[in-house]
Amino acid sequence: MLQGITMNGKPLVYLDNGATTFKPQPVIDAVNYFYNNINSNIHRGDYEIAFKADQAYDHCRKTVAEFINCDEREVVFTYGATSALNTVAYGYARKNLKEGDVILLTRAEHASNALPWFRVAEETGAKIEYIELTPTGKMTLWNLRKAIHEGVRIVAIAAVTNVLGVKTPVREICRMAHKVGAVVMVDGAQSVPHTRTDVKDMDCDFLAFSGHKMCGPGGTGILYGKYELLEKMDPMLLGGGANARFDSKQNVILKEAPIMFEAGTPNIEGVLGLDAAIQYLMKLGMDNIESHEQELRDYLFAELAKLDNVTVYNPDGDSAIAAINVKGVFSQDAACYLASQGVAVRSGNHCAKMLVDVIGTNDTIRCSMYFYNDKADVDALIRALRTCTLENCVGVFF
Amino acid sequence: MADLLKDPMVLREIIMDHYEYPRHHALTNGHGYLRAHMASESCIDDIQVEAKIEDGIVRDVNFEGVACTISTASTSIMTELVRDKTVEEAREIMKNYFAMINGDPYDEDLLEEAVAFAGVSKQANRIKCATIGWHGLEKLLAESEKKDD
Ligand SMILES: Cc1ncc(COP(=O)(O)O)c(C=O)c1O
Repeated sequence: MLQGITMNGKPLVYLDNGATTFKPQPVIDAVNYFYNNINSNIHRGDYEIAFKADQAYDHCRKTVAEFINCDEREVVFTYGATSALNTVAYGYARKNLKEGDVILLTRAEHASNALPWFRVAEETGAKIEYIELTPTGKMTLWNLRKAIHEGVRIVAIAAVTNVLGVKTPVREICRMAHKVGAVVMVDGAQSVPHTRTDVKDMDCDFLAFSGHKMCGPGGTGILYGKYELLEKMDPMLLGGGANARFDSKQNVILKEAPIMFEAGTPNIEGVLGLDAAIQYLMKLGMDNIESHEQELRDYLFAELAKLDNVTVYNPDGDSAIAAINVKGVFSQDAACYLASQGVAVRSGNHCAKMLVDVIGTNDTIRCSMYFYNDKADVDALIRALRTCTLENCVGVFF
Repeated sequence: MADLLKDPMVLREIIMDHYEYPRHHALTNGHGYLRAHMASESCIDDIQVEAKIEDGIVRDVNFEGVACTISTASTSIMTELVRDKTVEEAREIMKNYFAMINGDPYDEDLLEEAVAFAGVSKQANRIKCATIGWHGLEKLLAESEKKDD
């Protein structure tokens, strides 16, 4: 996929997959197919290409249902994980929470799984509480047990955290949360692209993920919700496509879930591309992807441990994601130097601004890998890190 | 001096020196100081700049914050360049500095050590870093003039 792409005259080593991923040809073809052959709007297939677009759009719901093991009716198309998370915060939590209720998060959450809940708390008088994490961002069952109590109504948690790549014990979280009658929102933005996802087995109530982080087009995402919960939610957006009828006396009858949540012309071409992306991943096999990435993970951390100029914040991380800093070099300077060596990584706080309370640093370099990365990419990273001195970082400008 | 400032090795040393030993790197929070808090959209740099401007003269400039080499060093050099200049002179220096960062013609003599950042114009992603402190000062100068009116 990255064949032939260069950066600063060097073959591109792309290690920013936590931000977004490259797209395989079948995905690009699917988007092009829509534009070239069946460009039209959906929901009113009175002519042939519109009917075909309709069918292709609906087909993706089946594909997603198979991919995460749910019913088609439980699949809502969104614009990404962010809009899926907001849809639940707005449509479920804002409606059902009251003063004193507790929303349980961790300090490792991405802004998209924190700020919507902050607003719910502000508007309903609910309280935000946090499950304590270890200094490398792990959640122990002991800390989980301490955090869950009768007042907890919602637990919103990333299945894999986006800076440290930590896997959270989602099944246990769901089990314990359900015992106290709380609802669990799983942020799958960093987990669904990399590991087999089975919402029935996990028993989560809601799951959000983004298409672009799993080889799909930008502006696509999925909200999964148990159907009986979706039915009770308010849509965040109202408009065309999502209502059954309305009149000038303001009588409005909405369509049923999931269509109720898809007001406005959706990202049709994106959804077609997402269908192709998911089929691509299923063909590779999620278990194969996971075991390849585990191998990369082991190699990555073993090689990083050999460097004495590098601090690793998550040496026990569960994913092929390393959060590091080069000693004495500001993360952004180091990332720019790595870029000059052809290695694309991300520096900063990665939208997880509460994580400083856990790992004690505001900003890191995040190297995040996907199935198309290999050990040679790790080697290129390590080579560049070895020569990443302050002199060389400043040298980039001359 | 002028020739030294053409040697990349020297320019690199200047940046590193101002990063490792930033000048005027503590806010006084004193009476009569104006303050600006600058957070870069790149969401890392977080710099505060303060200045005491009296009778149209920049008497003192200091800064503090967490930031990369480029923003730290460029702000540090700025605090030295504009100190004891008139607001007008400071603006002229600033204008030339921004011109250099944008890859436009500029007066080297006015910029002294700040010419070390000429190469930033070729690294578009770091322009914000090289100008964050300067934009802070720009705000303070504007504020001081408003006050004088
Ligand atoms: C854990 C996590 N949650 C949510 C998001 C938001 O995803 P998107 O920007 O695609 O809506 C991201 C991606 O940056 C993420 O890593």
